[in-house]
Amino acid sequence: MITSTCKNLTFATIEAGAGLKRALELGQAGIIREVTDSGIKGRGGAGFPSGVKWNLCAAAKDPQKYIVCNADEGEPGTFKDRIILTTYAGLVFEGMTIAAAAVNAPKGILYLRGEYTYLREQLEAELQALRDDGKLGENACGKKGFTFDIEIRMGSGAYVCGEETALIESLEGHRGEPRNRPPYPVNTGFDGHPTAVNNVETLAWISCILNKGSDWFRQHGTEKSTGLKLFSVSGDCDMPGVYELPLGITVDQLLAEVGGSNAKAVQIGGASGRCVPGSQFDRKIAYEDIPTGGSVIVFGPGRDMLDVAQNFLEFMVEESCGQCTPCRYGNPTLLEGVEMLRNGRCSAGYLKELVSLGESVQISSKCGLGQSSANAFLSIIEHFKEEIMGRTVDAV
Amino acid sequence: MSDKPISQDTSRAPTSQKRATPIQAGAKDAIGGSVSVTIDGEKTKVPLGTTILEACREMGVHIPTLCHHSDLCIAGVCRVCVVEVEGMRTLQAACAFPITAPITVRTHTAQVRRSRRHIIDLMLKYHYGECYACGRNNNCELQALAKEYGVDFFRFGHPDKPMHDVDRSSHSVVRDMNKCVLCRRCVRTCIDLQEVGVLEAIERGEETTISTYLDKPLGDVVCINCGQCINRCPTGALRANDPTDEVWAAIEDPTKHVVIQTAPSPRAGIGECFGLEPGTPMTYEMNTALRRCGFDKIFDTNFTADLTIIEEGTELLIRLYKALVEKDTEVALPQYTSCSPGWVKYLEHFNPEMIPNLSTAKSPQQMFGAVIKTYYAKMHNIDPKDIVTVALMPCSAKKFECNRPEMCDSGFKDVDYGLTTRELGKMISEAGIDLPAMPKSDFDDPFGTATGSGVIFGATGGVMEAALRTVIELVVGCKVEDLFEHADILPVRGFEGVRYVELPITEVGPVPEIVSHLVPNWDWLKGATLKVAVAHGTANAKKVLDDIKAGGKFSECHFIEFMGCPGGCIGGGGQPIPTSPEIRAARAAAIYAEDADCEVRKSHENPAVLKIYNDFLMEGPCGHLSHKLLHTGYTARGKYIS
Ligand SMILES: Cc1cc2nc3c(=O)[nH]c(=O)nc-3n(C[C@H](O)[C@H](O)[C@H](O)COP(=O)(O)O)c2cc1C
Ligand code: SF4
Ligand code: SF4
Ligand code: SF4
Ligand code: SF4
Ligand code: FES
Repeated sequence: MITSTCKNLTFATIEAGAGLKRALELGQAGIIREVTDSGIKGRGGAGFPSGVKWNLCAAAKDPQKYIVCNADEGEPGTFKDRIILTTYAGLVFEGMTIAAAAVNAPKGILYLRGEYTYLREQLEAELQALRDDGKLGENACGKKGFTFDIEIRMGSGAYVCGEETALIESLEGHRGEPRNRPPYPVNTGFDGHPTAVNNVETLAWISCILNKGSDWFRQHGTEKSTGLKLFSVSGDCDMPGVYELPLGITVDQLLAEVGGSNAKAVQIGGASGRCVPGSQFDRKIAYEDIPTGGSVIVFGPGRDMLDVAQNFLEFMVEESCGQCTPCRYGNPTLLEGVEMLRNGRCSAGYLKELVSLGESVQISSKCGLGQSSANAFLSIIEHFKEEIMGRTVDAV
Repeated sequence: MSDKPISQDTSRAPTSQKRATPIQAGAKDAIGGSVSVTIDGEKTKVPLGTTILEACREMGVHIPTLCHHSDLCIAGVCRVCVVEVEGMRTLQAACAFPITAPITVRTHTAQVRRSRRHIIDLMLKYHYGECYACGRNNNCELQALAKEYGVDFFRFGHPDKPMHDVDRSSHSVVRDMNKCVLCRRCVRTCIDLQEVGVLEAIERGEETTISTYLDKPLGDVVCINCGQCINRCPTGALRANDPTDEVWAAIEDPTKHVVIQTAPSPRAGIGECFGLEPGTPMTYEMNTALRRCGFDKIFDTNFTADLTIIEEGTELLIRLYKALVEKDTEVALPQYTSCSPGWVKYLEHFNPEMIPNLSTAKSPQQMFGAVIKTYYAKMHNIDPKDIVTVALMPCSAKKFECNRPEMCDSGFKDVDYGLTTRELGKMISEAGIDLPAMPKSDFDDPFGTATGSGVIFGATGGVMEAALRTVIELVVGCKVEDLFEHADILPVRGFEGVRYVELPITEVGPVPEIVSHLVPNWDWLKGATLKVAVAHGTANAKKVLDDIKAGGKFSECHFIEFMGCPGGCIGGGGQPIPTSPEIRAARAAAIYAEDADCEVRKSHENPAVLKIYNDFLMEGPCGHLSHKLLHTGYTARGKYIS
């Protein structure tokens, strides 16, 4: 098992530009084949196979296409994209250039989280260096007819703008609200043109894949969840930080790694993820079992799980764009339920109704935010019912 | 320049709300083809890109909707239309899902019913309002949904006090956000159909509300009062400013002489308030009902519609004469119609530099007010201060118009109250009158005799058709019937958002007496081509104005009819709710049928019109008294508000 801490990432061992060089030799179809063969799925959370996405985007008939790098990293408990952008931005820009060559897009946009404004100057300087070096611009990388440049655009602090269609709305200058899908961005994206949106980490790994080959990547992980992944670990553990681990690792193994073996529960996937109780620590962190965009929050024995549920729901209530009914009003209703539970005033019957409401919110909301907003609440109710129902009624 | 019908071309709408283009990567041969879909076990084929909702409707499967509206682009936000699509993890909004590959849909599984019910329960949790104290009782889509889903208690609670103040700042539109379900139809209406865009969602999550620029009251922003948002609001959150209490009070005041003028469109719509099919004309039944309500006189606005044609037509001829014969380069052409107050305010806000193009003729409503309080008052020896003029209009902007400070040329407020079709429907019900059962009766003299030209003012293209009927006869000297069968000028009819028509003037006749003081002969028009255009809904108006600014073909027009509302007045903001392209078409058909039945079909043949020029206005069209009573000026408002 390959394990390394933040200081010891594969990214540090990758020769700059090698992946891109090989990509340009492979050509459009070759790149897409290599990415598809690697089996890499999106590292932003949704886990869509990147090769399929690029293939769809490449097939769309439109001379104007866009590569968007999603650097809005807003999921509570993730900070791995920040680490990558701080130290390995070159790999991300390289990944974007590879994507551009694969789908034939002349323009790239890095959508940077508002809170990461301090990184902008450094990133702009790196981009300028790439332009000066002929890696970006007209006839980029010395390849005739290949034009690609990258622009940085700032987000302004809405979690939902990390959702790719809301991100595109925000880029277009509208309220950051998710669109109806279909159509998908690969067909109708920024300004109506085909757009491939990829996470920072996805793009960085793709640079590695083109450099080291898809076979190298497939050596790690499971059959359905290939490769290595960065995890942002926080909470009640001895060594919080960013870890590079293979997908398919069990919760137990991860906890051992980070010094959190006495955990009571682990929230995997941030506020939109699920709360895994101790009894299920043998489960795998992988797309086929417990999927994650990389956020791991450890809860020690002393944690009140109702606080946890409340915390995540408050985040969703705050961040819902307010467009669709189930998410806009469902989450505050669940949050009120948590308050009732806290005061011992929630009947078993009403709790059942709330669980059922949570399921309705999951399946009827318009975007991924609403569809996952009740996950934490529902999994905590499922696994910690005793702890939660046993509150005494307020004197008030 | 796009001539697409309304709602297809939504330039300012966020891409999220535009209709999905069914382009599938690699499936170019599939475009224009059909795709099979199985709905609740029944298989059918639909054109590629058809939404699940459309497919269901086609098959007679009912799907509840709330944010969907046939005039508007797709939002997919209320989620009551969710259905199960086999193989998809989450439910899909039927209104927003284009079918581009064969799918299997189930419309009423346990999951679907539970989710819809929860969505309705959640809306009610945030909805402050009591149906029995609401203008939309029995005509409310939220109420209907609650009934359909058997809501018999408030599962997640219900507000016991209002959360928002009611905004009564506008003369035309009242906003009660306590009843808003955030379907955003008003937002889409105001942006897509009207290109005004004063309404938008603000805040997010639970705090989201529909608001205006800087949360200002509606009376203080660039709202043009068209009321199109009211017509598309599913609930009682938007309504017109209702003066019925004042009107009743005037009727009941024995010292007041209460006169009502009725515009052509309400009679084609009011039947809908009494359960009749759209397009059932109620003209003469309504006269009886108005008498029984207690109005002292019932006049037909068509009289001043005819007067408008004479005044506006003369104004046009004067402008053309100045431009073509006197080579006056200052003359503003094309001349724009001015009878739609929503359109007028739109121009004042968004293109104030074009105010000189606006005809100075008042709208028929305001002409009538001024005529009643002068000519009619004198004729019947009634002190104008004791006259109360009420205008029955299909329009909410008319309420603002009658309150314009300059509209007092009679020495009094020319029109005291603007009443909408819906409000009159309420008054008639309140009086216990069953409108469809009323015996028929005629309008009162001296303005009784209507012409068909006045009637068709109600539909988009109608003013243009009326004007052309008169201009052709005055200038060409032949009968319109010689050029157009039954005098139906079909090229200007229809619902295409923008229409453009050229009419070559090959012959000219003698100058008729009514305008003989203005031009010596028509020779200068011989061989000219009259270019006219029609636009309805201010989004379409904007397209024409943009083209004019860019020096396109519309800049060469002589005369353009603009109507603020989609469909013209028959689709006005005061008409019965709901509205749809089909409903508006039915109302328009009723109006054209009434025109066809009229004995006199041309404004310049209206005997009452000829009489007022002889007996009262004296100096003919655009003469001194006409100018004082029948013409007006405008205010350059600009779109920036302090
Ligand atoms: C509410 C919400 C927030 C999201 N935030 C992010 C984010 O911050 N960064 C990210 O890469 N993807 C985020 N995503 C996922 C994106 O929508 C999208 O799937 C992803 O950027 C695609 O890139 P990938 O395939 O490389 O993962 C978010 C999704 C949702 C529903
Ligand atoms: S699910 Fe929530 S965040 Fe997503 S569109 Fe609906 S209200 Fe907005
Ligand atoms: S808006 Fe509809 S549901 Fe609400 S009070 Fe009025 S009629 Fe009832
Ligand atoms: S009345 Fe017309 S302009 Fe005013 S808010 Fe409604 S749709 Fe917009
Ligand atoms: S005011 Fe009416 S139309 Fe506008 S969002 Fe609210 S309910 Fe919908
Ligand atoms: S009607 Fe489909 S989401 Fe509202």
